Parts: sequence; structure tokens; C-alpha cells
Amino acid sequence: MKTTPQTLDDFMAVALAMENEAVERYTEFADMMETHNNDDVAAMFRTMAGYEAKHAQHIMDQMGWQTAPAVPRELVCWPGYESPEAAPIDEVHYLMKPWHALQLALAAEQRAEAFFGQLAGMTTNDSVRKAALEMQAEEAEHVELVTAWMAKVPQPDQDWSDDPDPPRYID
Amino acid sequence: MNDTTLEARLSAADYKSDYKPIWCPGCGDYTVLSSLTKALAMIQRPPHEVAVVSGIGCSSRIPAYTTCYGFHGVHGRSLAAATGLKVARPDLTVVVTGGDGDGYSIGGNHFMHACRRNVDMTYIVMDNHVYGMTKGQASPTTEPDWDNKLSPGGTGIRAFNPLVIALASGANFVARGFSGDPNGTAELIAQAIRHPGFSFVEILSPCITFRPEQKQWKEVVRPAPVQPTDDPGLAARRLMTDDGFNLGVLHAGSRNPYPARMGQAAASLADLESEFEL
Repeated sequence: MKTTPQTLDDFMAVALAMENEAVERYTEFADMMETHNNDDVAAMFRTMAGYEAKHAQHIMDQMGWQTAPAVPRELVCWPGYESPEAAPIDEVHYLMKPWHALQLALAAEQRAEAFFGQLAGMTTNDSVRKAALEMQAEEAEHVELVTAWMAKVPQPDQDWSDDPDPPRYID
Repeated sequence: MNDTTLEARLSAADYKSDYKPIWCPGCGDYTVLSSLTKALAMIQRPPHEVAVVSGIGCSSRIPAYTTCYGFHGVHGRSLAAATGLKVARPDLTVVVTGGDGDGYSIGGNHFMHACRRNVDMTYIVMDNHVYGMTKGQASPTTEPDWDNKLSPGGTGIRAFNPLVIALASGANFVARGFSGDPNGTAELIAQAIRHPGFSFVEILSPCITFRPEQKQWKEVVRPAPVQPTDDPGLAARRLMTDDGFNLGVLHAGSRNPYPARMGQAAASLADLESEFEL
């Protein structure tokens, strides 16, 4: 049974877990793309992992934590199985372009913004509400930053996923 | 917990090797690897006390991606190799990994008898209902009506039900996980490792290359609406009627594991030679 964090420590532990899961997922994506020689996208995912790691470190510093606290499963109160800030593992493609990577990041930031907003509305603890609203505002900033970044990156051609030597010869 | 203990704690990263997986981007096996390393961090056994054994297939690459001892064996024989290892070295935590083709077809007989013997080890099957490494042939768990150029109109063959077979054969712990739930799956694997005897964890792990429609699995999986039972008959009846998407521990039994005899088999060379005298 999932419950809303009722103390600031619990809330910040959940927020930290979200950031750390995003670091882990972007690192996985960067490794995948490197392995498949998609270096531009790999570099972009590596950069995103770096940003999320900085956010995680910021929370650690704010709370004075030396190690990440364990988060009891019942406190993992986000909808679905994975952190809203972690892009789903199955939404990458070996031929994807930087624009697609940003599209994934934008969706992740939007989910995180919505999650913190929802949590602020649900908690009965003032300090948790205040922190959730701050996090929501930060995520909204990230949404703006990613949106601005996307405007500078060319949109992929329609045939971006065409592969002259596809793995699926049965198509 | 004091600082020394904190420093000594192993994290999931301690179980990941420097080799990068070469699976297709988006494959469910990436998160299963992550779940396995998280589970090993939960049980806090150092990598040199854990052996990861596999057969052949995409998912069978996992041992190389961990820092544990690894054995990448031949097709379908992972459970045979792992059984020998665990019986000879009961002090090790033995985890066996593989896919549905390796485990249920080529290794199908080993699967049943590993369940029956109930040696204390954990078998993780990443089930994507297809032979991915060999380009998309139907596997034992493929739906009979899966239509593709290699089996036009589908095979028409009833799909294998691995969890029911495991229960009927005597597996002491049976669970189903989903690669899209890496934290929940990590907890299942950790429970499976801690449970005595043969533990079987089936993980639905979509093949995004040959079965892209499996991306929809995340919309249909859900926690099993029932509590785990120690009655294999009850668990089997539930599993005979479920749709294959209920997640969680479905059976946690109390059968005694195959007894470890570490130290008792220390026969002398002369004793062993005498057994082979004509």
C-alpha cells in the first residue's frame, strides 16, 4: 500500500530516489547508444545523467546525508512502477536522434513536475508541501530548459529509423 | 549502524562489471540485470561468494555483466552445471539465468528435474516468448496464433506454462516479475535467493525487436490479487486460470532442500580409485 510521505526526511528520500533512478536510466541509455555506435545520442544521455546526478547531490547536501537513505517500498508513492523522472527503458531505438533523446527527457521532466504538484496537494504536512512545491517549480524550470534545447536541435527526417541492414529480416 | 558498517555495505554498482551489455536498446533484459545487481546488494553477499550460471541466448549473457563468478555454458544445460556447482560448493550463492528457449525447450528436461531435486539455488528466466538471438523463431511460450513469416498463421501449438510445470515438479518458490518494474523484481529475486531450495522467478522481459507488441505488457501487468501460498496445489490451480500477467510471489513452500554435504565427500584418492576397479 503506497502512502504519501509525512515527514520532510521521507519526502526528500523519495525525491532523491527519483533523481538516482533517472541517473541510472540515462546512464543505461548512454551505454546502449555507445555500444551501438550512436555517439551523439550517447553523449546527450551522458550529459543528462550528469545533470540528474547534480540534482541528487544537491538534495544530499541540503539534507546533510552522506549516503542515500533506503526508501521503504510503501513510501515509493509515484504512479506506475518506475520513477516519473526515469524514461521507460523501451522508448529508445538504436538509430534515434538527439531530438528523440530530448523528447524523452522533456516527458520525464513533465511527469516529475506533475508528480510533485500532485504530492503537494495530497500531503497534510506543511514542510512536505513547501518542499514539494519547490521541487515542482524546479521541474518546471527543467521543462523550460529542455524545451529551449529542443528548439536548437534539428527534428529528425521521417526516415530516421530506416536501416539498410535491419535486424528484422522477417518484415 | 556505525560508519564502518556503512562503508562496508555493497551497492548494486559493486556487482556490475565493466562490460557493457550488447542487447538491443530498449530490451527488457537491461532492467533485469539492474534488478539482479540490486537484489545481490540487498542480500549483501560479496561477489566472490556468488556464482551466476547461464546457457545460451540473449539473456544468458548476464554472467559477464556481473562481477560475480560466472559460467556461460551450453544451450539448455545451465541448470545441470549449476546443480553440480551448488552440490560441490554449497557455500556459494548460485543464481542461474536464461531465457524461455534455453530453459523450457532445449533445457526443458533439466528444468523439471531441477525443480524436483530442490537444490538450493535461484533460477531466473527472462521470458520474451521468442528466440531473439536467432532472429525471431517461436519459442515454447509463444502464443499459438503469433503470426510471422517463420510460422505463418502461428504455430497452432499450445504455449508451455512454466510456473505450473515448476509447481508440479516441486519448485519450492515460484514468482513472476516484470522487467518494467525493476525495484519490485529486485525484491522478488532477493526473496528467491533467501528462500531455501529451488526458487524459480519468471520475469516477463519484452523483446522490442522481434515482439514490439510486448511494449503493451506494461499496461496489463498487475500485482497478483492473492497472497502467496505454501500449498503448491492451490498455487497451481490459480496459475492454471490466470492470464500470465499477475506479478509477485505465487508460491513459497517448505520442502527441505537437497541436503548439502560439504566436507562429507572427502574420500581419499584410493577410495575413489577403488570404486572404478574392475
